[in-house]
Amino acid sequence: MEYQKKELPDKVKNAGFLFAGIGLLLIAVSYLLDPRREAFNNIIGLTFFASIAIGALALVALEYISGAVWSVPFRRVSEFIASSLPLVLVFAIPLFLMLGMLFHWTHPEVVSADRLLSGKSPYLNIPFFIGRTIGVILVLYVFYALFTRNSRKQDESKEQGLTRTNVKLSAAFMPVAGIGLTLLSIDWIMSLEPHWYSTIFGVYYISATLLAGLAATTYASVSLNEAGYLIPGVNKDHYYSLGALMFAITNFWAYIAFSQFLLIWYANIPEESIWFVMRWEGGWKYISIILIFVRFVIPYAGLLSQPSKSDPKRLKQISIFILIAHFFDLYWLIMPTFSKTVVFSFYELGFPLFVVGIVILAFFYQTKKHNLVAVGDPKLQRGLDFHL
Amino acid sequence: MLTERSRRIGEADIMNKKIYSIGGLFDTPDSIIHAAEEAVKEGYTKFDVNTPYPVHGMESAMKLKPSLIGLVTLFVGLSGAAFAFMFMYWVSVVDYPLIIGGKPFFSWPAFVPVTFEVTVLSAAVGTVAVMIAMFFKFPNNAHPLHDTNYMKHVSSDRFGLNVVAIDPLFDESKVKDFLSRAGAKDIEIFYEPERKPIRVFDPKFIGLLVVIATVTAGVTYFTLNKLLYMPPFTWMAEQDRLSSQSQNAMFTDGFGMRNPVEGTVARGFTPYEFKGQPDSVVRNLSNPLPFSKEVIDRGKMRFDTYCSPCHGYFGKGDSRLNGQFPNPPTLHSDKVRNWPDGNIYHVITNGQNVMPSYDKQITRDDRWAIIHYIRVLQRSLNAKDTDLETKK
Repeated sequence: MEYQKKELPDKVKNAGFLFAGIGLLLIAVSYLLDPRREAFNNIIGLTFFASIAIGALALVALEYISGAVWSVPFRRVSEFIASSLPLVLVFAIPLFLMLGMLFHWTHPEVVSADRLLSGKSPYLNIPFFIGRTIGVILVLYVFYALFTRNSRKQDESKEQGLTRTNVKLSAAFMPVAGIGLTLLSIDWIMSLEPHWYSTIFGVYYISATLLAGLAATTYASVSLNEAGYLIPGVNKDHYYSLGALMFAITNFWAYIAFSQFLLIWYANIPEESIWFVMRWEGGWKYISIILIFVRFVIPYAGLLSQPSKSDPKRLKQISIFILIAHFFDLYWLIMPTFSKTVVFSFYELGFPLFVVGIVILAFFYQTKKHNLVAVGDPKLQRGLDFHL
Repeated sequence: MLTERSRRIGEADIMNKKIYSIGGLFDTPDSIIHAAEEAVKEGYTKFDVNTPYPVHGMESAMKLKPSLIGLVTLFVGLSGAAFAFMFMYWVSVVDYPLIIGGKPFFSWPAFVPVTFEVTVLSAAVGTVAVMIAMFFKFPNNAHPLHDTNYMKHVSSDRFGLNVVAIDPLFDESKVKDFLSRAGAKDIEIFYEPERKPIRVFDPKFIGLLVVIATVTAGVTYFTLNKLLYMPPFTWMAEQDRLSSQSQNAMFTDGFGMRNPVEGTVARGFTPYEFKGQPDSVVRNLSNPLPFSKEVIDRGKMRFDTYCSPCHGYFGKGDSRLNGQFPNPPTLHSDKVRNWPDGNIYHVITNGQNVMPSYDKQITRDDRWAIIHYIRVLQRSLNAKDTDLETKK
């Protein structure tokens, strides 16, 4: 069966504009009312957005490097989501102007009075910080551009060698993405508390990133396939694989998160455990407990049984839920630095809505230009024939 | 001649045997899927398919219901989790509470890794055990399909379908007919294996046991008595240090451990400066501890442990040792009541008459606490009239 390119209906674009518009309005109002609070939310928005875009790109590379066939029919969905990657920098620009408001290692008088911070200053200084963020996003974007350029060329030429090139590229991408995500998480989240450190923190963010990219891809793939925009042949076994992967990464996140907690709790060194103490006081205790359920228990139970992994309705619900949980996780990571007591109102809603809108719009404009299925990929037919 | 005879014996055996199933071999995965679909159409429910590798779509072709083994895994896993968690709770909170790292007894985060491991272990082992017991009908290790031409092929290059005799529609000729219609090449009848009684006193088996026992004992003896005394295994034992029960050649007194320098004071220890002197010189020592409930409780505990065996629980000198030794004195005598605290302290520390010195057993603070408690005992037997007045 052949793939027929269809235009996505305008309601997708309208939804994107609606989300982005409401989000932008909320952001503007919030920045006027309480710039410091909104700047912290801007970090949540930045890390949330980076997770979705880089996570989707990592899935593309994962498919190439592992030689997976089942995901080929909807690899383009991941590619389109990843196309929003350079816009992450737009989120970072206002923050670059407000670093002094957010990170107390940016104040030279604080750093010189503090031995630990002066020791860390070769790494934690403003020019290097800005350079790292821009560098990581740009390097990953170069990988995105190469992956998609080869893949699009293949749509016309059916040249098999391009897949081989992409496999090699993805082998180079993996360590780069691992280090890049570690740097992003250390810079934007961990350095909010510059005395605190956790060596597993990068892996924590990587697991959350993979999950976010996968959840976005799953939601989009299942919806598009149900509406008939993908190539015919995507069936329950493909859904099952998406569900199983989400289930696996959910467990991986829980494993990493618990490892981080257990070691810090067990060693009980004040400079490490203060971070969890901050998340156990002033109402944050309830947020921490809810996080366990939202991020792990509910997705775990929702995807545990075999039928639920291949049920399209369940998959869409759970993937939306996982994205909300990812936002909630970042809120839990970042906001205790802003406030000792729990704060949650419309200030927090602007950025997630804006990010969702931006991703939808980026996706929509990609579908106008390119095929939604990698029709030239030599693995496509095998991917469609995929059975468990 | 011989082969003819053995063939006839074989046939005679077969006459008495029960049919287990009838199986046929197919050449391609497509034909086996087709055959499975046909078998379902024919109405057979008790049939099985054997293939050298998992053939996609077989479950739906055979109309198999989802296996219930997952529920077994869930149940055994949850039981394992509950057992591990409750066992750790019992050990570390109820039966043998130990403070580890200043944490509360019920430190559940530390239980999580073990609970997780036990869950996985019990779920995996339980699933395999139940599978063997239920599906392989353990301890049946002689399945009728073993050692057949059919099994030889389905485990390497061909695909087999066999209809088991417990199927309600089973009929020898009909099944054979069905298999050949479905395209089977070699149709074979499988019989229930004869169950041979197991002979425990089989000389071969006994011999094997003896060999195993001899080898195990020999290897153990060699390891523990010879191997561990050969280098490099001796390197850990042979080090530059003095072993216990041996003489030191370096010092003239032959001891390995040096005595502390004269006048050394142990950490946290306050030497008693009136050691061995008459009690008249220490009368001015006063009790450093406050007269509080905690101190008196502590004093009572220590008094009951160290003093009561002779002086009795109430200090009357009426313990169960009364009559066996020179009778211990009462602590309620005018002499002891009028002693200053320092004097009692001196007696506990130094000993008196038959009473030995207790300075090694009872710490300095505990001695003072005991003295407070002795004062309480004394007051209780010699209360003044003013004590009886209610407090205003």
